[in-house]
Amino acid sequence: MSLQISSLSPETLIHTGDVQITVTGETGRISLRARGKLAPLDKALGVKLPTKIGTRANKGDVEALCLGPDEWLILCPNDDVSALKAACDAIYEKLPHSFTDISAREITLSITGPQAAELLTIGCPRDIASIGVGEARRTVFDNASVVLWCDGPDQFRLDLWNSFAPYSAELLITGAKEFSAETALT
Amino acid sequence: MLMIHCPYCDELLPEAEFAYAGEAHIIRPEDPSAVSDEEWEKFLFIRTNVKGLHFERWRHVHGCGRFFNAVRDTVSDRILITYKAGEPKPELDKLLAEVGQ
Repeated sequence: MSLQISSLSPETLIHTGDVQITVTGETGRISLRARGKLAPLDKALGVKLPTKIGTRANKGDVEALCLGPDEWLILCPNDDVSALKAACDAIYEKLPHSFTDISAREITLSITGPQAAELLTIGCPRDIASIGVGEARRTVFDNASVVLWCDGPDQFRLDLWNSFAPYSAELLITGAKEFSAETALT
Repeated sequence: MLMIHCPYCDELLPEAEFAYAGEAHIIRPEDPSAVSDEEWEKFLFIRTNVKGLHFERWRHVHGCGRFFNAVRDTVSDRILITYKAGEPKPELDKLLAEVGQ
C-alpha cells in the first residue's frame, strides 16, 4: 500500500453561494490494464468492468470506470486495496493484467453547486454537458490530465495528480471568487 | 480550436485533449540491420510534407490514451476522417466525394 501524502488536506476550500469546493478524504485508487476476456477480473473485483469509455459500474464500495479500451480506474475504500490485489493476483495466470495502486498519486476535489459546471469550463475545453450523470471522463484541466466525474447536474468530482493539485485548486478558487463577485454585482 | 473525433471514444472533442504524433502509415523495417543506410534514413527522416491531404497520427493523450490516424487537409486544417490505428488507409477519392469536394 503506497503512503498517501497529499498536498491538500481534506477540507472545504471555498464555499460561495453558487459553488462549493471540497477536498475529499483518502480513498483507494487502482489503475487496471487488461485485454481480452475480462470475466476473471470481473469475478476477482466483484464488479463487472464496463467496456464503454466513460461509463461506470459499482458494487458496494468498489467502483470501476472505463478510461480506455484496455484501461480502468477502480475506486475502493483504502483498506480494500490489498484484498483486491490478492484477488486479482490469484487470477493472473488466467488473464495477465497490470494492477497498480495509485492511491497516493491523486486527490479528489468535490465541486458542487449551481455554478459547478460553469466553473469547470474555466480550465476544461470539453463540453461539460457531454458527460452524462453517472459517467466520468479523463480530460484536461488547464494542461493537467484529470478525471472528471459527473454525479449530478451540479455535482462533480475532479481527480487531480498531487503535484498539480495546489495549482489547479487555486485556479478553481479564484474562479469561484470571480463568479461570486459577478453575482454580487448583478 | 480544432474539434477532433476520437474513433475509440466515439466523441467529437477539443484539440487540447490530443497530441499530434507525426505522419501515419510509416512502417518500421522488420529487420533494421538488413536495410541500407538510405532506406533507414528514409524511414527515420523523410516525410511527404504534403500541401493538401495528409495522413497523420494523433494520440488522445488526455482521454483514452489511444493512438489513431486522421486525414487532415494541411491547407484548411479540416479533418476529413479519423480511424483506428491498424486500419487501412481510407481511399482519398471516395473520401473527397463524401465531403463534396
